[in-house]
Amino acid sequence: MNTLMGNAAIYLILVVGAVICAYRAMTEARILSSTIYLACVSAAVAMMLYLLGAYQVAVIELSVGAGLVTVLLVYAISVVGDDASDPGPVIPRPVAVGLTLLTAVMLGYMAYSLPSKGLTGRFPPLVNALWEQRVLDVWIQMVLIFAGVLGILGLLAEGKLARVDAHGHEGNGHKTVKIAPPTACGFTGAGACAADGLQKEVQKEKVHA
Amino acid sequence: MTPIQIGLLGVLGLLGVGCYGLLITRNLIKVVIALQILVKAAVLALVLAGDAGGQAGLGQSLAATVIVADTMVAVVGLALAVQVRRRCGSVDVSAISTLRG
Repeated sequence: MNTLMGNAAIYLILVVGAVICAYRAMTEARILSSTIYLACVSAAVAMMLYLLGAYQVAVIELSVGAGLVTVLLVYAISVVGDDASDPGPVIPRPVAVGLTLLTAVMLGYMAYSLPSKGLTGRFPPLVNALWEQRVLDVWIQMVLIFAGVLGILGLLAEGKLARVDAHGHEGNGHKTVKIAPPTACGFTGAGACAADGLQKEVQKEKVHA
Repeated sequence: MTPIQIGLLGVLGLLGVGCYGLLITRNLIKVVIALQILVKAAVLALVLAGDAGGQAGLGQSLAATVIVADTMVAVVGLALAVQVRRRCGSVDVSAISTLRG
């Protein structure tokens, strides 16, 4: 009885911690802080999976969800910038809260009304289920990993922006690392800034002449 | 309360927070984070359903597939966000939309 109560208390602490971290991840102004909170959610979910007996899934979740995805997010934030200015919501917040609560209540009603066999303790192992019953899933995972490699290439690709040199000619394929916001002329990148500066210098020379 | 019931509460909480985040945010990276939270709820629900239904191996294999798919969605979404930032100068979803009306 004490063991059951202790397990329930551990589950409750993990659930409350995961939900609080998820809420903080959504409401935090800085995206980097949101990423850290997301890693905490992954860790809490992985601990719950481990306590439920899904050891392999817990390890995958902890290494991929809390490790790889966090690294990718931090890299993307370092490229994009930790922009704290999040504009207003797409729909009013009360409507969003109402829709969310409605969805959660409906799903909760459906889930709790299902019959449950409970934990029997004698499960077919994951290896048999994965390699005998769900072979198609393994192939789908391979295809998805290939698509993910292509996505990584897209994430790491440098932008090939046209660069205007000091003589006003357009160069071919000069890689620009610096990211600049759109300028008055409507272009982005270092080339656009160089073009703007060149135009200003020409205007000054005309004024002096 | 049994562990499965407590886990279902966690699933509902994470699902609600993920839906709320998808509805209120316009930042592309935060959209990816909201999707991650939603998929963590789905993974937990799959494992709980497998346990409750007496087919834990099936639920766990489906959960592993969902984790792989979710990671690839995150990778492609982040690549899109980076490229959109480089070309448009913003990661605001409404700022990059060309639809009017």
